[in-house]
Amino acid sequence: MSAHLPITLSVNGEELTRRVEPRETLADFLRRDLGLTGTHAGCEMGACGACLVMLDGLPVHACLIFAVQAAGATIQTVEGLTESAAIADLQSVFHTRNALQCGFCTPGMLVAAHGLLSRCAMPSREEIRDALSGNYCRCTGYEAIVDAIETVARRRAGEAASSMAEEPA
Amino acid sequence: MNAPLGALDRPNSYIGRSVSRPNAARLLAGRGRYVTDLVLLRMLHVAFLRSPYAHARIVSIDAEAARAMPGVRLVATGPDLARLCTPWTGTLDHFKGMKSAPQLPLPIEEVLWSGQAVVAIVAETRAQAEDAAEAVTVAFEELPAVVEVDHARAPGADRAALAVADNLCFGSRLDTGGIDGVFADAAHVVEEEFHFGRHTAVTLEPRAILADWDPSEGKLTVHHATQTPYQFQDLYSRHYGIPEASVRVVAPDIGGSFGMKLHVYPEDMAVVGLSMLCGRPVKYVADRIEAFVSDIHARDHRVRARMALDDDGTILAMDVDDVTAIGAFSTYPRTSAVEGNQVIRLMGAPYRFHSYRAELSVVFQNKVQTSQYRAVGHPIACAVTERLVDLAAAKVGLDPVAMRERNLIADDAYPCASPTGYQFEALSHQASLAKLKAMMDYDGLRAEQAALRQRGIHRGIGIASFVEISNPSPAFYGIGGARISAQDGAILTVTPSGEVRCQISVTEQGQGTETIVGQVVADQLGVPRERVRVITGDTETTPHGGATWACRGAGIGGETALQAARKLRGNVLAIAASILQAQAGELDMRDGVVVDAASGTERVSLSEVARIAYFRSDTLPRDLSAQLSVAHHHAPQGYPFAFTNGVQGCHVELDVETGFVKILKHWVVEDCGRIINPLLVDEQVRGGVVQGLGAAFFEECRYDENGQLTNGSLADYLVPMACEMPDIVVGHIETPTADTELGAKGCGEAGTAAASAAALNAVNDAMSPFGARIAQIPMTPARLLKALGTI
Ligand code: FES
Ligand code: FES
Repeated sequence: MSAHLPITLSVNGEELTRRVEPRETLADFLRRDLGLTGTHAGCEMGACGACLVMLDGLPVHACLIFAVQAAGATIQTVEGLTESAAIADLQSVFHTRNALQCGFCTPGMLVAAHGLLSRCAMPSREEIRDALSGNYCRCTGYEAIVDAIETVARRRAGEAASSMAEEPA
Repeated sequence: MNAPLGALDRPNSYIGRSVSRPNAARLLAGRGRYVTDLVLLRMLHVAFLRSPYAHARIVSIDAEAARAMPGVRLVATGPDLARLCTPWTGTLDHFKGMKSAPQLPLPIEEVLWSGQAVVAIVAETRAQAEDAAEAVTVAFEELPAVVEVDHARAPGADRAALAVADNLCFGSRLDTGGIDGVFADAAHVVEEEFHFGRHTAVTLEPRAILADWDPSEGKLTVHHATQTPYQFQDLYSRHYGIPEASVRVVAPDIGGSFGMKLHVYPEDMAVVGLSMLCGRPVKYVADRIEAFVSDIHARDHRVRARMALDDDGTILAMDVDDVTAIGAFSTYPRTSAVEGNQVIRLMGAPYRFHSYRAELSVVFQNKVQTSQYRAVGHPIACAVTERLVDLAAAKVGLDPVAMRERNLIADDAYPCASPTGYQFEALSHQASLAKLKAMMDYDGLRAEQAALRQRGIHRGIGIASFVEISNPSPAFYGIGGARISAQDGAILTVTPSGEVRCQISVTEQGQGTETIVGQVVADQLGVPRERVRVITGDTETTPHGGATWACRGAGIGGETALQAARKLRGNVLAIAASILQAQAGELDMRDGVVVDAASGTERVSLSEVARIAYFRSDTLPRDLSAQLSVAHHHAPQGYPFAFTNGVQGCHVELDVETGFVKILKHWVVEDCGRIINPLLVDEQVRGGVVQGLGAAFFEECRYDENGQLTNGSLADYLVPMACEMPDIVVGHIETPTADTELGAKGCGEAGTAAASAAALNAVNDAMSPFGARIAQIPMTPARLLKALGTI
């Protein structure tokens, strides 16, 4: 309940300055102060992964860090990743593969998948399942999500290969 | 004039087609609107002070300091809300002799479980409310806590709730007669004592509710994360004395429900009253810790069961005793006795035998209440039956599949009844088992198992046949006096632009309800699916109906949509016939265009028909009443339930050193009748299987001897994770019900119904070389090592 502190940070490409309570988590800040409700809170203790956002290019649990700790950082939420089309292929394959039901875990799953594919272009199914171990989904049983991520990885690899093939010799 | 359903060779033939869900796009973009997300002007937040004791008397409450804290607008206790809200009792008339203590939003004298909400603190922010909750002092006088079920049932036991005479909520007995004789004469008898742990739904979005009382109009609007908005409209209206038409319940996007979000929770009832007291919107979102101590739990059964067989392994009889502990009161309005009731009625359901006896005891104790959660009763009945079948197979010297082949009800034996009184219209156990066997390469797996055992690798194969209850008629609740609808309603409209709007009472929690309704409407009307907009989850804009539970969405909701669409199509063709000076019977609608049925020649578009009907009715004959909206209700008729069936196979590898089990693969063959959307059905099945595997291996609400939940957080309560779950192969047999045109039955619970049974059999199969066995779930490593005699 101590005094509010000003923070400046970049969220989804916009520079913002806001005053926050020191005890306010980044998840609450995004959801409540900025209205970015695509970031969900499922456990508020770092277990479920529903609150994952990209912070300086890496997936982090927005429930585990305080908004003040994100001062100066660059945050991408599912809304920003959608607008920039960074995860458009993931979203489209999730959609056609029905890799979501209630959708509550989905933003976190997308961020986790985005993080995984940026550090490992062609993960095996086991690697995908391992990488999702911090993301609970109660609806799908996970298989469709694994399928969707695998498909996107393949497609991206196929596109990369064909764009290389198109390079003039 | 209707083409056969499920034929995929015509325009707009969507029934039977895998199509994606239009409403999923918004969820993928982070644009879902869950109750958790909603904000209303001048909205307040509530936090609850909860009982630290499993059973105690409330001596006094001192909230003065809390009332003075920053942002606090109201501190309310039991008496404050009891002045507004009438009490409720979770009993049903057709459960004879059932009893339960009346409940109020907040207790006045006695707390019944650790975690029960006692005081509500309403403040400008949740954090302020929580801060103030810490300043409330409640003096409790601890009472003896009834925790263990045998303790609860002992003569002269302490009572879990002082308002009821003893700890027996409900007892029931089924007996076809002569059981003792059958067992005495049987060539073989197998028996086992089973323990099924308590577990809970753990929807990823916890319970959430936002009540908004407008005193100027006397109107209550409740945004409520629930499966059953109409039920809650009725309850809020009756318990708070507000005319039904002045109560609106809106269920927007919901982050999982699985049965958990259709019960009355004291906090939810309290929030309505708090909004009335404050004259402002009040929001409550359970945090995860609160969810564990206040969401309904499920299961918690101890079953002693035996099975009698003749020489050749034919099942002769089952004798079952089920004791289930449900918490200190029965949940309202569906009660906490339905699970036990279904357990004793679903026992042995796939098999052909006639002698049956069962005893059910539903017992009070000081824990959070249990009630209906996905696949109510099924996993217990299925695990008990299927494990006994495997024990019997071993005793008789039959392979588990051969044992089932010998005893399953033959596919040509329908209609028939179970010894417990269920009427089966048409099931396909034999075909399902044959298909499963092929899908699994059962013989190959057995050969591999034998070879690996030589090398010290212990794999197990488990099979579980099941029957699932879907499409319940009023025989389920209505007959017991509960105002829970078995019918559904739809309003279907062609808009002035020739688009179609369907407002329907079945609800969506991600299963794809809106999608399949859209498919049925588009298919039956003859329009592209993109032109149908389906609206659900708002009592003010959709007709009253049962909504979504007990796998009724496709079967009852789908049929409602089908009949409404046929009605509307008739109206459209009548208007078109008048415009075209043709006979309606010679016209058809395809792709949103009225055509000559015989030649397919396009005559007039639906949008043109709509334009004329809405804006140039002067050009239509006077006696033509153009009805481009139809309302239609459908209640299930014929069989009281549409039973579905299937069989599951589970393949595991047991590490006998550590007790860890790796689930290698899981197979399901299920028969849910007509499949409207295979993609969605398969994902329902997979999701259900994983919840069943969670129960089999991980999930358990653990209590200490004082009735304190000891693992109530997502770090301690184990939810299945991606890396622990196998790929799940799903196959289908389609036996449509003849009770409806659509022929669809439910599929949402099939996965959960038998997954834990198949897993239990698989693990026991893996342990069989050691002469070890287990009859308890979850099968934790410690329990498995104990079974193996290692610890
Ligand atoms: S809310 Fe952050 S991990 Fe669950
Ligand atoms: S889709 Fe509901 S939790 Fe994953």
